[in-house]
Amino acid sequence: MAAVLPSGGVSATPVAQRRSRTGYFLLLPGMAWLGIFFAIPFITLFVTSLQAPSPDAAGQFVPAFQVSNYAEAFLNYWPQFVRSLVYAGLATIFALLIGYPLAYFIAFRGGKWRGLLLVLVVAPTFASFLLRTYAWQTILSDNSPITQFLNFLHLLPDERILNTGIAVVAGLTYNFLPFMILPLYAALEKIDPRLIEAGSDLYASPVTTFRKVTWPLSLPGVVAGTLLTFIPAMGDYINAQLLGSTGDRMIGNAIQVNFIQFRDYPIASALSFILMAAILVLVFSYIRRAGTEDLV
Amino acid sequence: MRQVDDLRLDHLTKSFGEMTAVDDLSLTIPAGSFFALVGASGCGKTTTLRMVAGLEDPTSGRILIGDRDITGMRAYQRPVNTVFQSYALFPHLDIYENVAFGLRRRGIKDVKGPVESMLDLVELGPMARRKPSQLSGGQQQRVAVARALINEPEVLLLDEPLGALDLKLRRQMQIELKRIQTEVGTTFVHVTHDQEEAMTMADTVAVMNAGRIEQMGYPAEVYELPRTLFVANFLGQSNIISGAVAGSDGSMVTVSAHGAAFRLPGDRNSASGAAILVGVRPEKVTLLDAVDSARVPAPHNRVDGTVTDVSYTGVSTQYLVRTPWGQELTVFEQNDIVGDRAAVGDPVVMHWAVEHTFGLEP
Repeated sequence: MAAVLPSGGVSATPVAQRRSRTGYFLLLPGMAWLGIFFAIPFITLFVTSLQAPSPDAAGQFVPAFQVSNYAEAFLNYWPQFVRSLVYAGLATIFALLIGYPLAYFIAFRGGKWRGLLLVLVVAPTFASFLLRTYAWQTILSDNSPITQFLNFLHLLPDERILNTGIAVVAGLTYNFLPFMILPLYAALEKIDPRLIEAGSDLYASPVTTFRKVTWPLSLPGVVAGTLLTFIPAMGDYINAQLLGSTGDRMIGNAIQVNFIQFRDYPIASALSFILMAAILVLVFSYIRRAGTEDLV
Repeated sequence: MRQVDDLRLDHLTKSFGEMTAVDDLSLTIPAGSFFALVGASGCGKTTTLRMVAGLEDPTSGRILIGDRDITGMRAYQRPVNTVFQSYALFPHLDIYENVAFGLRRRGIKDVKGPVESMLDLVELGPMARRKPSQLSGGQQQRVAVARALINEPEVLLLDEPLGALDLKLRRQMQIELKRIQTEVGTTFVHVTHDQEEAMTMADTVAVMNAGRIEQMGYPAEVYELPRTLFVANFLGQSNIISGAVAGSDGSMVTVSAHGAAFRLPGDRNSASGAAILVGVRPEKVTLLDAVDSARVPAPHNRVDGTVTDVSYTGVSTQYLVRTPWGQELTVFEQNDIVGDRAAVGDPVVMHWAVEHTFGLEP
């Protein structure tokens, strides 16, 4: 065979080499972007987080190796950390509870309306994030129909929604819901409907079929959706600032205040790093659990 | 052997909007038989199967096993299991858990014994801990059969189970499935568009067309004596010559067509009036050189012609022969002759036994 097709064997190697080199060239723009806008700021931030106040001029900072910045940042702001964790966690759970049935409906019952329904899911993001959050100020304001109705039922502990933690969690849930729905939809849409039929053919009731077939097969979407909701929600400060009171501030607000108002750059940087580390640890332990049968 | 009951379809109809997929179908499938429902795509065979499985609700009619009406039962309540067309194995479970799925859902705790013996039956014991994606098509097919059969269904439904396999593997699996069916004695209802597969495997074949069963019987019986034009052409090939009944003497019917005369036994005639289609299977026709025409046995039907095409297929040779009235007839001949075969342009005479002739309603 080799004797019959000598040309193929000779030309194969250079083509393969050219292809692999093309791959690296394609990486260049992305690598350059990440280098300039991620790696350099990342290092700068880290260096800043270890700076000490200048002995000469107030409000100035000099390069140092002041690890105590981290302890100070954490001790001063641990309630905000915990609150961020709780709010982002709640928002993720609510987004999953709202998003899963919706994604399920679009994927399995959407039919010809699928495309339109997906556009409707994404449509709110066409308007600015800030603008939508301001709109929620109105929706949840004290004399809004929703607040009045819930007060009528005596369901609100503070008799109001705006400027409470409820409003912050509601805002977070609303703002990050599309990022939950889209990966869920992608995972559910891939499931062969015959697998669900096979489940019912093999004595599984609709509920059992969901538990044993649909849910495990949609797990990649659940993991992706919860991460895409939880991570930005954890670092968000707009919702807490516009919808919450000063008692509902999250870690994002602490970082923002330290950078912009107090101009305490080392503390703000240290807070950013602690947040990043916390998210990384949470995400990794979550993904490891998701990789096993624990979540099934 | 446990008691099994016949599967009965009673005036079963399924419409999708304007379209009637299954049209007033009544049918009894005897317990323990291997029943094949064969037809072109869109003839309603898969819809029939899905109604029996409970995956589709009939528009009207009833489905019974013995005397039990299962029409209103949900799929997961029926004593019926399905081998799906693309197997539909659960990709997140290994082979063992796929096979154990039905038992576990019915709350059976001790699945080890049944699963292992079922995996042995389909010769997949060593594969138990593999995922479906790590198996070949033929192995996946066997898992699908094992996953359904382990539940000891009263009826096993097979929806084009061999469609995704290549020809050689398909032949092998046909024999395998037949062996399993004989071993377990469950009623198998097999839906396929492959008429050869249906005939090879089934005890009973039903040919379906436009939502109705055209003809049903033993494979050889249906093949040898098709009762409708659709069956004659769908189940194998047929040569069809249109003519008119010229007379009948007792048990024989005489037909004149295009100036030639044909005879066929009266009980092989399905035409009700004078207009008739005379049919014969290509392999029943013998070809003779025109100079040897005196050797045609006297009672045989015969037609003169000219060879227009010769295709050698290994086991047999297929000839196209043009009749004096311009129709092309097909002739299959076993390649067991010594000497020259007929060539294109040769004048020939085709003849076949009266008993191989059949008459159809035009």
